[in-house]
Amino acid sequence: MTSPHKTAAPTGTALTSRESVPVRRRRASTAALFVLAGTALLVSVIAASLLGSADIRPLDVVSTIMRHVGLDAIAPAPPLPGLLDALVWESRFPRVLLAAAVGMALAVSGAVLQAVTRNPLADPYLLGVSSGASTGAVAVLLLGIGGSISLSTGAFAGGLASFGLLLLLLGGGRVASPSRVVLTGVLVSQFFAALTSVILMVSGDANSTRGFTYWLLGTLGGARWEGVTATVVIILVGVFAIQFFAPALDAFTFGWDSAAALGINVTAARVWLMVLTSVITAAAVAASGAIGFIGLLIPHAVRVLASPTHRTLLPLSAITGAIFLIWVDAFARTAFSPHELPAGVITALLGAPAFALILKRLES
Amino acid sequence: MGTITATRLSWSVKGHRLLDSIDMAARDGRTVGLLGPNGSGKSTLLRLLAGLRRPDAGTVHYDDTGLHELHRRVLARRLAVVEQDVSAHHHVTVRQVVELGRTPFRGRFDSLTEHDRRIVDAALERTDLTGKQQRSWSTLSGGEKQRTQLARALAQEPREILLDEPTNHLDIRHQLELLDLLTTLDVTCVVALHDLNLAARYCDHVVVLDHGQVAAAGTPEAVLAPDLIRSVYGVDVLVDREHTTGALRITYLAATATRPVRLSTQATSTCAPTG
Repeated sequence: MTSPHKTAAPTGTALTSRESVPVRRRRASTAALFVLAGTALLVSVIAASLLGSADIRPLDVVSTIMRHVGLDAIAPAPPLPGLLDALVWESRFPRVLLAAAVGMALAVSGAVLQAVTRNPLADPYLLGVSSGASTGAVAVLLLGIGGSISLSTGAFAGGLASFGLLLLLLGGGRVASPSRVVLTGVLVSQFFAALTSVILMVSGDANSTRGFTYWLLGTLGGARWEGVTATVVIILVGVFAIQFFAPALDAFTFGWDSAAALGINVTAARVWLMVLTSVITAAAVAASGAIGFIGLLIPHAVRVLASPTHRTLLPLSAITGAIFLIWVDAFARTAFSPHELPAGVITALLGAPAFALILKRLES
Repeated sequence: MGTITATRLSWSVKGHRLLDSIDMAARDGRTVGLLGPNGSGKSTLLRLLAGLRRPDAGTVHYDDTGLHELHRRVLARRLAVVEQDVSAHHHVTVRQVVELGRTPFRGRFDSLTEHDRRIVDAALERTDLTGKQQRSWSTLSGGEKQRTQLARALAQEPREILLDEPTNHLDIRHQLELLDLLTTLDVTCVVALHDLNLAARYCDHVVVLDHGQVAAAGTPEAVLAPDLIRSVYGVDVLVDREHTTGALRITYLAATATRPVRLSTQATSTCAPTG
């Protein structure tokens, strides 16, 4: 590192381009990952729409979707009979789309929470944000709080409240240890789960209680176009907005002071990220209940594959999360047909061992 | 290179005055050492100089511009900060850490330009990390982490740089190399140091803090006298010149029998503060 004579700060002229080859290769492989992930998402949407009792070909799915978005002229297959057309367009496709959006939201939320709490074990479900959103949604539905306020708005308020409570308990600006973050998440999540139970028991009849309990486990069964469109739009806008804060999330690597010294407005970035994460988590919970562990599983898997900065991690997590939940949901509705499992049960079955693995890596 | 001027800086936490009316300046590529025992206010002063904390009173100027008038992003293009003992919460490579130094120069969606990459390459080369750039941060030794942070700071192309005990965790060779590098760079440095001999050798100017006040300031030769060191550090020392190099040499003899008790915040310090 020594330089024997007086020189100016490095201006980048001194070196040969010895390192430019690996860097270029790395960028090429990142581009390849995006192409691969995008293709896999497209294939997943179509393949998952096929799965089920009726006999439908892939081209039928493609052309049905094309006909419904006004591309009749170039649709590659003749129209399906009315019943099958309705099955694909009114039932399966919106459900697959919702699964993609929810998976996207939860994976991105997880990646953001991990950076904002500086804790690799963060996930909207584990930290209680999903729990708070559930409470908000149930409160709006059963107690009629706020009159005309929609389910999503209630979920958003609940999600924001639980996120705020979490950060308050973690001591505002200071950096808490991973175990403290997780334990505080348990506390927040149990508190809001208890609130939800109280509201359910006090206000619901037996039927609605059972329906809600199933919804709370996390299921995409309720997907209908009217709700799906709004959810997809909110999540896409939120995920895109979060991408604005990718430099801040990278700068958070060494803490708040370090980020501020790199010119990041730390307070503004943290507040915006908290609001945006609450919005997309709430949109996901309002549509599908509390599906856990995706926020934990997906960003870690992407990190293992590509070790990217947040500029790449966030969009890759979004696409991977979408693919993941599409297939989890496809499995949930077909594996034990005619019975349907809640998707949240499957993600928990996969997520719990992953949590253990990450915990073990964290300790070593 | 630029000039950092602090005027009558004060800072308190919960009624405890941690810094009391500090005056200091670092000019034109000089290396200024901040000395003083643990808890004397070195790190706090560095944070105030970096604009990471807002002083209760007093001002900091970069050249002729007040710190409060500088947007933090504009400031980050001229001032780099190397903190003590930072830790990462997830996997990052050495190169990714150094690339963070380009943050204040990049737009939100800009990828690194060829220019950025050359600067990062040069910073890695300067800190002897070119061969380790793909290593994961968590596998680095303390010294390698320190050098990675310095490389990140160099990637900011700073005119001023603030360092909090950068020689911690470094072996002797890397301590010397780091300070050699700092003093040969055309960058104004304010560096908190524990080792008085390193301070004597590398600093153009030293500021000794004691209980949040400036106990003495000036050239190492003028400041590092046995009386001052005894009153500030509570250590008896022998100060002489090493006969082959002529360098100032401080030999620690023993801790004084009674460490001067902590002065109350308003008490006068034993040595007159200098401007």
